[in-house]
Amino acid sequence: MTAEAQTLGRREQSWFGRLFAGYGQEIIILGAILLLFVVVWSINPRFISPNNLNTIFSGNAYIAVAAIGMSMVIITGNIDVSVGALIGVLATIAGTIAVSGYPVWVAWTAPILIGIAVNFLVGVLVAYARIPSIVVTLGMLSILRGGLISVTGGAWISNLPPEFLLAQQRPLGIPAPIYFMVGLTILAAFWMRYSAFGRSIYAVGGNPEAARAAGIPIERRIVQVFMIHGAFAGLATILFATQLQVIQSTVPPNLELTVITASVIGGVSILGGSGTVIGSTLAAILFAAIGSALIFVGISAYWLRAVIGLLILATVLADMARRRQAK
Amino acid sequence: MTPGGRDAASPLIRLKGVSKAFAGIRVVKDVDFDVRPGEVHALMGENGAGKSTLIKIIAGVHPHDGGTIEIGGEPVSHLTPREARRRGVAVVYQELLLFPELTVAENVFLGHAPRTGWRGLDWPEMRRRTRALLDSLDSPDLDVDTKVGALSVANRQRVEIAKALSQDARVLIMDEPTAALAEADVVRLMAVVKRLRERGVGIIYVSHRLPEIFELADRVTVLRDGALIGTRPIGEVTAQSLVAMMVGREIDHLYPKSEIAPGETLLEVRNLSHGRKVRDISFALRRGEILGVAGLVGSGRTELALTLFGITPASSGEILVSGKPVRIGSPRDARAHGIAYVPEDRGLQGLVKPMTIAQNVSMASLERVRRGIMMRFAEETRRAAAAIKAIGIRARGPGQVVGQLSGGNQQKVVLAKWLETAPQILIMDEPTRGIDVGAKAEIHQLMTKLAGEGMGIIMISSELPEVLGMSDRVLVINNGQLVRTLERGEATAESVGAAMADARREEAA
Repeated sequence: MTAEAQTLGRREQSWFGRLFAGYGQEIIILGAILLLFVVVWSINPRFISPNNLNTIFSGNAYIAVAAIGMSMVIITGNIDVSVGALIGVLATIAGTIAVSGYPVWVAWTAPILIGIAVNFLVGVLVAYARIPSIVVTLGMLSILRGGLISVTGGAWISNLPPEFLLAQQRPLGIPAPIYFMVGLTILAAFWMRYSAFGRSIYAVGGNPEAARAAGIPIERRIVQVFMIHGAFAGLATILFATQLQVIQSTVPPNLELTVITASVIGGVSILGGSGTVIGSTLAAILFAAIGSALIFVGISAYWLRAVIGLLILATVLADMARRRQAK
Repeated sequence: MTPGGRDAASPLIRLKGVSKAFAGIRVVKDVDFDVRPGEVHALMGENGAGKSTLIKIIAGVHPHDGGTIEIGGEPVSHLTPREARRRGVAVVYQELLLFPELTVAENVFLGHAPRTGWRGLDWPEMRRRTRALLDSLDSPDLDVDTKVGALSVANRQRVEIAKALSQDARVLIMDEPTAALAEADVVRLMAVVKRLRERGVGIIYVSHRLPEIFELADRVTVLRDGALIGTRPIGEVTAQSLVAMMVGREIDHLYPKSEIAPGETLLEVRNLSHGRKVRDISFALRRGEILGVAGLVGSGRTELALTLFGITPASSGEILVSGKPVRIGSPRDARAHGIAYVPEDRGLQGLVKPMTIAQNVSMASLERVRRGIMMRFAEETRRAAAAIKAIGIRARGPGQVVGQLSGGNQQKVVLAKWLETAPQILIMDEPTRGIDVGAKAEIHQLMTKLAGEGMGIIMISSELPEVLGMSDRVLVINNGQLVRTLERGEATAESVGAAMADARREEAA
């Protein structure tokens, strides 16, 4: 949005240049993914076996889907640290519904609706009660995590009906989560870039006072974005909860951090106002690929978090440098 | 009164052939400049002329690429902010760099507080010395224990100056010190500057305001496009010749106001109130009229605009647009009734700086550049390009990021954004603050043109010449109330100034 956008101003530009204008970070990540695949494949060809590609792309699609909503929230200048706990709770609810004999569509729809409802509440507290989103969502994190353990006692849900297991289905031989990840990313990216609503989200994050003065209802936008984020958390839950035959009714550790990290490394500025969901999806794929690559080249998987940490710092530094240039 | 002749041989600072380039672009080219003890040396030029870069070079913020710098007769090869401070160079920047949660005394002595025998902070000494410094600046009313956050801009500036003096500054750089001040505070600041000059401090005074320059400066240096146009004793220049030096061409009319016959009433305000700053205000604005609003900073001028525009909705009173009573509870409502607001602070309320010109221009009129829920980028770009041309925004194109534009051009983008909403009523709060003479004249011309086309304009300004030069009528706000309404014929610096200053306001400090 910032440094790259300048290039838009130069007189004549090829269709090729225009297509990629404003996608600097995304192109860098795509390059990194390709480089990683080539390098690791040359070391260990089994890296690109169908089985492993399935793990990388399909097994982590739910992170990319959750990161779409997270990116929107961060672009408005807010954050949600409770998304991991929310996904844990929604997964348990979906599993419970599925084993209680309700039709499978109920089990799939419930997490989306409940996700929207929970984040509606978060959005209202942030936008109208003006409590910083980090505080609201920290509170929500505790409530959800504590409530989940108290209610379920950490019991697993098993005997899930086979038709519930959406993530295991393979239309045309490709795992269902990949359709979701790609489809939702393209849809959201298109909508963020080409709709007036999307534009107003960037304005709210870029300068809320100016957005308000321009007649954009910023409180309503923030609530709407949180609700959309809740819907994506619900969709992510479906992909996450239907991967295995059982659902562990606990909160997946560090999930919220992984999701936030995908957004940030994907080029979404933590200060709000810029970034795209294409970037966050690519970043989610990049982590999954790094995690898998470490195993294939024989490095302890514990290094994954360290590598991701370095990536975060590098990305934020680059963002700061770009902002300084735009000043 | 200029001691320049006597001390000409020993300037406090001397720059010779100084240059500076950023990313290959030379923003300061081969400039000679010096400051003598006990002189006010004005530094002038349009925005982007290189003034800011030059003062930052002197302050050690930007290292210079070419040329030599001497401070107190000694050549300095590698000037850092610390080194500059050590050698007695202090800067009072436009955006004051103070800590709002600390007291006046703590701010003045931050980093070089007096110590007691056992290395602890010597509070009584700190307070005593701060008191003495403030008294020497004609500010006996400023309490050394007040938190700086509670002070007015004018008082904060005095704290900054006291801070500079506490470090034994011999050269004081003041970057547009009066840009944020009302007339009465300007007078006081100028008295302080004169006092510093008497003490032998060399002052580099950056300002766009010609009357101040003629009142204060001993010499004036003009930069244009990074190059030195000339340094002249103040007696050898006139307002016309200075402006010509700055813009490189003559500007014939400083206030291009044409006579108009105002049309029907566009806006009527009856007994409008909001909090303590807008109290029972009634007035009318007619088609084609420019209504000037004068008042001191804190008098409630800006609050009146915020209330009319729905940012702080009125608690009581009536607003009528074209004769119909309307409720304005938010900027959205105001926009729907054809009211536009160009705010006082373009960075805060006017622009989203990382966004492009096109994105900013369309922001208040998104419904005009969309089909269904989708944006029409071609239409958006076309409209922005048209606005750039119509308003004379100097930019590479609609895709340029607004954060990169100069102040005057940013102001024009804010204006373009609101003109896109096709308003009937345009409220402009400090329309020309901090922008250069050339851009200022262009904005004034534009205002005249818009009024001529039937728009009603409410112009709030701290600059009395602007209010007098541009307004058909002048409202004077004092302590939240409308104290006088003056027709163009009867509005003079004296009549407006008297109404502004009437009944002394109480201030937090």
